[in-house]
Amino acid sequence: MTFIGSEAFVRLVEVFTLQAGYNANTVMAGTAVLGAAAGVVGTFVFLRGRALISDALSHATLPGIVLAFLAGSALGFQTRSLPLLLVGATLSGLVGVLAMHALTRIRRITEDAAIGAVLGSFFGLGVVLLSYVQTLSAGGQAGLHHFLLGQAAAMARSEAITIAVLAAFALILVVLFFKEFRLAAFDREFAAGIGWPVSAIDLGMAALGVAVTVIGLQTVGLVMIVALLVVPPVAARFWSNDVKVIALVAGVVGAFSAFTGAAASYAFTSVPTGAAIVLAAGAFAVFSLFFAPKRGIIGVAFAALRFRLDLAQARWLSSVAKGNEAAPRDPLVRAYLRMAGLTGGAGMPTAAARASAPEVSRNLDLWIAALARRPESVPPGVRFGIDRARDVLPSDLIAEIEGRAA
Amino acid sequence: MLQVTRVNRDMDASVEPATPALRVRDLTVAYQGRPALWSVDYETPASGLVAIVGPNGAGKSTFIKACLGLVPALSGEVRVFGEPIGRVRRRVGYVPQRGSVDWDFPVSALDVVAMGRYGHVGIGRRLTQADREGALAALAQVGLADLAQRQIGELSGGQQQRVFLARALAQDSQLYFMDEPFAGVDAATERAILDLLRKLDHEKRTVVCVHHDLQTVADFFDHVLLLNRTKIAAGPVTTTLTAENLERAYGGRLMHGAGQAPRAAEARP
Repeated sequence: MTFIGSEAFVRLVEVFTLQAGYNANTVMAGTAVLGAAAGVVGTFVFLRGRALISDALSHATLPGIVLAFLAGSALGFQTRSLPLLLVGATLSGLVGVLAMHALTRIRRITEDAAIGAVLGSFFGLGVVLLSYVQTLSAGGQAGLHHFLLGQAAAMARSEAITIAVLAAFALILVVLFFKEFRLAAFDREFAAGIGWPVSAIDLGMAALGVAVTVIGLQTVGLVMIVALLVVPPVAARFWSNDVKVIALVAGVVGAFSAFTGAAASYAFTSVPTGAAIVLAAGAFAVFSLFFAPKRGIIGVAFAALRFRLDLAQARWLSSVAKGNEAAPRDPLVRAYLRMAGLTGGAGMPTAAARASAPEVSRNLDLWIAALARRPESVPPGVRFGIDRARDVLPSDLIAEIEGRAA
Repeated sequence: MLQVTRVNRDMDASVEPATPALRVRDLTVAYQGRPALWSVDYETPASGLVAIVGPNGAGKSTFIKACLGLVPALSGEVRVFGEPIGRVRRRVGYVPQRGSVDWDFPVSALDVVAMGRYGHVGIGRRLTQADREGALAALAQVGLADLAQRQIGELSGGQQQRVFLARALAQDSQLYFMDEPFAGVDAATERAILDLLRKLDHEKRTVVCVHHDLQTVADFFDHVLLLNRTKIAAGPVTTTLTAENLERAYGGRLMHGAGQAPRAAEARP
């Protein structure tokens, strides 16, 4: 039996086309909102270089989740209460962050070591507590292990709605304070100079990261939530040089990944949601790594080759303009010139080549003179010798060079 | 009644020409118990460009940051236009060191210059069309209008410094603090920055620059504040930048590089 005919595939189509029932649809929609918030908030986690700290924080939530569950049982709750667990997770995560802070500030331990120490210890403690709880007869502990790897399919509709509302709130806050977050992330000193409460803004930004981490625990799992925060902006960074666009793309990628992951966990109940979500986001990142036109591996390699050939072409045309019509030695360059219709059968310049040669030559000479006179004025991101020098180089430098030539 | 009194006081203050743009008394700043600045008194002159000069670690940037209220002072008082800095921030512009930000950050040159308007629009509010036009005009003033949409990482070092200056212009301030605006820029940018500073000076704005290059202090600036943890000397460049004062500020370090000796020091009476 092929996959197309299998029961799992039918189920997958059913889930994706929103025919898996009201409960499943609500959970998938809620998870998508969570994914959007994670991508947008994560853009600032990414830009501020806080991915590792967020990872330590999410792992440090586990002891708090289990302890909150125990507290709930002691208080007489029959089932697990999501808000109570999230409060426990937040407190425990913050204790972890404070512990990291104490290690780096007071004992001068490097940040990576502090992160490793806190992440490992808190997670270890959490796992021990979790295995203890599972020996108890209290109700509701069966779902606790879902906090590790996430399980959307096991979520109640009310839980999904809670998560969606909280995530939407975080999302709205980022949109409202986008200008402030961007400046605080880019230039703290300047922001403080115009009188902004930079520490408060920064704390707010970090708090939103914590909030999304905590509300995503149950769906994505504490082991992988940091990936949902960071992978979408990483993917988006390949496509744009503008924070606004990056945040928008990261939000869309996050939402789509989260939706796909949640749907997959309905179709294949043995697959943890967190893993499916992160795989989907990772697929976007890998695709971007290769295929983003300007910054992807293929685009960069192609641009480098193109630059090499275009520069060789400009240099050859320049030598033609100066009377040397010998064909270049590099066979690739020769083929390139022939393809561009610049050389004829015998490798001799065509009429088109002779016509364009003087202008190309003058342009190249300007570039070379600029490099010799003021190398620092040649900006990065331009195609040396190929782009029109007059459009790219400072006009006073052009005047200086031409004045010298005249 | 209260309002009327306040208006009158403001008018009195504007009539009185003696209020300097910046007045610092007994400014002491310490990092983890070690003083970076010790009891500095300083007042900006009525006009002319001011350089803060001193060896590495002399507390030059700290002085600027303490004036802006970015680092807490252990003691002392800073008055900007006679007021605490918190009340007059819109009249104060700041150009941090170029190395203090990540130039790979995904923003365009125009985005950065528009940040100069943020202090005027306030938190949680959007820029107006006038703000955006002002930012574009500031960018044009430093000769980078064509590169408005360029990501800042794709600019040369000199162009990046000019973007920072354009942002300060967009702030439209009466007093500017600049931290090494001439560091590591090409000759063309150096001229452009200098022209701009002189223009600001002509417009009766006060400019205070941390400056590293002793050779150009006398060419670029009119006044100097010579610092090395304490104030060594302050006043017009020609009378202040004497060999004796430089020896006090730099110790024996200047002696190793004879070429470093500034022209003003040689012209000592």
